[in-house]
Amino acid sequence: MSAQLNSDQTLEAFRRDTRAWLEANCPPEMRQPVVDEYDICWGGRRAKFKNDAQRVWLQKMAERGWTVPEWPKQYGGGGLSKDEARVLREEMAALKCRPPLTSFGISMLGPALLKYGNEKQKSEHIPKIVRGEIRWCQGYSEPGAGSDLASLKTRADDHGDHFVVNGSKIWTSYGDKADWIFCLVRTGFTGKKQEGISFVLFDMESPGVTTSPIRLISGYSPFTQTFFDNVKVPKENLLGELNKGWTIAKYLLTHERNMIGGMGTQRVTPLSQLAIKNIGLAAGRLAETALRTDIARFEMDALAFALTMNRVTDEAKAGNETGAMSSMLKYYGTELNKRRAELTMSVTGSEGLKFGDSHSEEQLAAMWLRTKANSIEGGTSEIQLNIIAKNVLRLPGA
Amino acid sequence: MTLVLTDDQLMFRDAAKRFAAERAPVSQLRKLRDDVDPVGFSRDVWKEMAEMGWAGVLVPEEFSGVGFGFVGAGLIAAEIGRNLSSTPLLSSAVLAVTALLRGGTQAQKETLLPAIAGGDLLLAFASDECVRHTPYHVATRCTGKYKLSGRKLHVLDGHIADRLIVSARTSGDIGARDGITLFLVDPKANGVTITRSSMVDSRNSATIDLRDVPVTDADVIGTFDKGAIVLDAVFDAGRAVLSAELLGVAEEAFERTLTYLREREQFGVKIGTFQSLQHRAAHLFCEIELVRSVVLRTLQALDAQEPTASSLVCLAKAKASDVARIATNEAVQMHGGIGMTDEFDIGFFMKRARAAAETFGDQYYHTDRFAQLSGY
Ligand SMILES: Cc1cc2nc3c(=O)[nH]c(=O)nc-3n(C[C@H](O)[C@H](O)[C@H](O)COP(=O)(O)OP(=O)(O)OC[C@H]3O[C@@H](n4cnc5c(N)ncnc54)[C@H](O)[C@@H]3O)c2cc1C
Ligand SMILES: Cc1cc2nc3c(=O)[nH]c(=O)nc-3n(C[C@H](O)[C@H](O)[C@H](O)COP(=O)(O)OP(=O)(O)OC[C@H]3O[C@@H](n4cnc5c(N)ncnc54)[C@H](O)[C@@H]3O)c2cc1C
Repeated sequence: MSAQLNSDQTLEAFRRDTRAWLEANCPPEMRQPVVDEYDICWGGRRAKFKNDAQRVWLQKMAERGWTVPEWPKQYGGGGLSKDEARVLREEMAALKCRPPLTSFGISMLGPALLKYGNEKQKSEHIPKIVRGEIRWCQGYSEPGAGSDLASLKTRADDHGDHFVVNGSKIWTSYGDKADWIFCLVRTGFTGKKQEGISFVLFDMESPGVTTSPIRLISGYSPFTQTFFDNVKVPKENLLGELNKGWTIAKYLLTHERNMIGGMGTQRVTPLSQLAIKNIGLAAGRLAETALRTDIARFEMDALAFALTMNRVTDEAKAGNETGAMSSMLKYYGTELNKRRAELTMSVTGSEGLKFGDSHSEEQLAAMWLRTKANSIEGGTSEIQLNIIAKNVLRLPGA
Repeated sequence: MTLVLTDDQLMFRDAAKRFAAERAPVSQLRKLRDDVDPVGFSRDVWKEMAEMGWAGVLVPEEFSGVGFGFVGAGLIAAEIGRNLSSTPLLSSAVLAVTALLRGGTQAQKETLLPAIAGGDLLLAFASDECVRHTPYHVATRCTGKYKLSGRKLHVLDGHIADRLIVSARTSGDIGARDGITLFLVDPKANGVTITRSSMVDSRNSATIDLRDVPVTDADVIGTFDKGAIVLDAVFDAGRAVLSAELLGVAEEAFERTLTYLREREQFGVKIGTFQSLQHRAAHLFCEIELVRSVVLRTLQALDAQEPTASSLVCLAKAKASDVARIATNEAVQMHGGIGMTDEFDIGFFMKRARAAAETFGDQYYHTDRFAQLSGY
């Protein structure tokens, strides 16, 4: 009891200090809602800061390791406990602080590096992720290997002290903006397809790497087809063991899925508020009753889902088995996000249909179109249901 | 507060799990139904349940209860749902106890609560007058000082209750929240007619007719004309505990279905290999996980008397009703022909899911109420 009391007091002190520090160091511009892509700071060698505030905010947070609050201090992370990290999140939310840095290094590669990287790889790559110096992209999917990722054909041939990589990846998000790629390559050509895959890291400036942008239905062109023509990759860039990359790939995917699944719970104006504004109330109820029902159902499911995210976190903290929850969170979270976008379009009517390249206004149609990818990227909804059927429900033959 | 059970709660749940499975399983409900049992549950088993702390789960220790709160009541209810145990837990230990705790005088509490907690006294809550739950539609009249006249529907365990708690209109229009008063009524009093209905879920429900039934000031629970304050609390308590029961119903029906999918063969393979069934099962798994979260959070919110507890109650009751409906419907469907037979138990789960959903507001009622509480 007294140990609990003590730690509560320490946590409260941490909260006070954190709030004071955030108030003193988070520039006012960084406390405005994120409106468009340019408000998100991705870092990297060619980082384009929208303004000085964005640059300063990244630098200040990176100095404390708070771009990645829970990563170990030894590699530049914040070294915070889960409770402290939660307090930091809560305080940032209370002051409306934007995330200082968003990157695949943080949400995907970092956890895999920490778990599977050797000392040299960790001390080489992690600090640069923490400080936003290197921007990473993900080279998993290929034209012939999407849901059936393990059938990938991009190959890495052994040339003594290095590999030579040939082949092509597709749907590489920000392939043309990234500095480095974490890439699945085939190194084994006999036996089970999963057992011949390796996980390599290399510089996108290496000779032989080219990208060609692909435009999305939302108008953005955030991804590329990525070609490798005799790309030399030093052997020290192999993460984990040769032909054991599939395990790392799957581990990383759970982090990616948690991230994508969680996107739907980000703070946005509640749909019902938007609906009240556009439609109005009649006798205390939203005037369009059929739409009202769907909005209420959506908001209830969204709240139930948010509570489930909390419960999964609490269970994990208590050391309880939570099963393959990442597939559930990915599936349900992305389907919810699509529902939100569909209803937003209904609520905003002709206003929501406006579609241009002006970056100042809310891009509702573009947002709506972009959400359609949520249930595809990181493994489709159908694939998540397959995983649940197999790994959680233990159904036969799944 | 975290969304995990404490060690004490886990122990309480495990004890409830063992007890319900051993002493009040589905086969007992089947027998009660087949025998057209006049009570509708086993009084002996209820007495044992009382010894386990179930009858007094919400009753504070000063009134001889165990004071395990709504989380405790929900843990029991989930096991009741899994086993379809027939008990007067909801009527007596949840609805009546909540009414007394929220509105009872010290004298009422002292005389009634210990007896309820001991399993020796049964109370029933008689309020609804419409076929669909409409809490403030109270037309039961209260004339003079005082005589009650009206008709109450769907009174759970009404035909075996030792005492009734009855809502009546003491002022205002039918449908108004103000002007409702709650009274303790002796079911044996002149003018009370109780008709037991046989229900699809084989559980107890009665229609109660009141004709000039005399009551006194000492029988008032809560404040005269302001009974809705207590009424709201009683219904929210009932809804939350029913949500937990519906969660248990959904979980058990789902698990039985998964077992069947792993065993039954058609086309030379287990039917669980068919992706159309796998995906529906996987989706249902997600929905049940959501219900787990909202039910626990809601019970915690009621225990802590949080201001937004009513919104959470709507969420829990709507979601649990809907998901239990899907889970039990899918269960029957995926069992094929055998799921349609009375001999097989799965149909009992679908029947209970329907009845529990209809009680104190279904998903439609609570979706509407959720929106209203959210300002739209
Ligand atoms: C916006 C966006 C960003 C992306 N970013 C990246 C990235 O950065 N790096 C990267 O490597 N990849 C990325 N991807 C690729 C993504 O991971 C793949 O698109 C995804 O895995 C699906 O593969 P596919 O497109 O080949 O579809 P397919 O696998 O061809 O699927 C087509 C349809 O068939 C269904 N299907 C397939 N197999 C089954 C099955 N066994 N059972 C039932 N249904 C099935 C699918 O669910 C889908 O509906 C991105 C995709 C998008 C849309
Ligand atoms: C009221 C009633 C009256 C009936 N009357 C007659 C009658 O007069 N004459 C008669 O001959 N029969 C009759 N039947 C039997 C009826 O035709 C069978 O119940 C039905 O064909 C299903 O077979 P099953 O019960 O063996 O279920 P199963 O075949 O065991 O099915 C179990 C579940 O698996 C699913 N499933 C099975 N195979 C697949 C697959 N390949 N892909 C996806 N899902 C699959 C099913 O859809 C079902 O959900 C009757 C049944 C009922 C309920």
